[in-house]
Amino acid sequence: MSQSRAKKTLKFLIPLGLFVVLVGFLGYGLTTDPRKVPSPLIGKSIPDFTLPTLADPDRQVTQEALKGTVSLVNVWASWCPSCRAEHRMLMGIAQEGIDDLQIVGLNWKDERPQAQDMLRLFGNPYVVNLFDPDNQVGLDFGVYGAPETFVIDRHGIIRYKHIGPVDAEVWEQTLRPLVQQLKAQS
Amino acid sequence: MSLRLFALPAALLAGLLVAGTCGAFTLEEYTFEDPARQQDFRELIGEIRCLVCQNESLAASQADLAQDLRNEIYRLMQEGRPRDEVIDYLVSRYGDFVLYEPPLRLNTLPLWLGPILLAIVGVVLLRRAIAQKRPLADEALSPEEQARLEALLARQQDHPDQDPRT
Repeated sequence: MSQSRAKKTLKFLIPLGLFVVLVGFLGYGLTTDPRKVPSPLIGKSIPDFTLPTLADPDRQVTQEALKGTVSLVNVWASWCPSCRAEHRMLMGIAQEGIDDLQIVGLNWKDERPQAQDMLRLFGNPYVVNLFDPDNQVGLDFGVYGAPETFVIDRHGIIRYKHIGPVDAEVWEQTLRPLVQQLKAQS
Repeated sequence: MSLRLFALPAALLAGLLVAGTCGAFTLEEYTFEDPARQQDFRELIGEIRCLVCQNESLAASQADLAQDLRNEIYRLMQEGRPRDEVIDYLVSRYGDFVLYEPPLRLNTLPLWLGPILLAIVGVVLLRRAIAQKRPLADEALSPEEQARLEALLARQQDHPDQDPRT
């Protein structure tokens, strides 16, 4: 008698258990953003590149510019509203003047006059801007939208990729601690 | 002479075709001398996901990035790179997510084997449920019931017009 009751309880508990597991998976799915695709480049060396700068078409910059100091590589374009939104944040970071940190721009699929206008209007937080109108280098970095921000250590290893605009929360809670940590490493 | 007659309409037609493709992309932009390569290219862009419009393949997407990637795949294939190499090239930059069909690896094993396992569990449960029901159908009548049944049948035979239950 009690055995059949135990069996009945079990029959009731198994579907309930499965349901809870399913809810767990679906609930987890709700907390992740499917637009944010993890980059396979994390932990890898930056790709080799040679690109002209935004300011001067005759000046070429290579991957060496991203070595020797911690870098934020910010992918941006003048046509991208979120980039404009995050611009002020980047200006703030640049004005802090953190030692051993440079902000490098990758001006992506943009046009030179418009991009230069934007910097003239809103200020220039970048030590240098790479001009990549044809998505040559963007492709090697696995860029699929703007803005994106890469954190690169002084050996040129990609440590982190932030997809979407950098706001105060992202900077204070994720990027700043990571930058501090990378600066501490020799 | 006839060739010259033909040249003007052909040029006009070509002009119209070029004008028609402005803005919208068509696969005709990507031509290969080898029809097999052409087929490979078409298949490949159907299997690569566009990261901007995530439910579209490169073959379907009008996104700007999809156009860049199509161009890049075309360039690599024109260089004669084999299909696997082109796929590796994309995966190394954008990750497994660019593939509609995930690769078979340890962490994707549940994805590949899960449905098969679920189907097996379903069949086992179904068979068990059917097996449990069978004894009901085979249940034999008790001697009293058997006697009553025979009496009823006998009555039915004697008086076919009468309802045996009365």
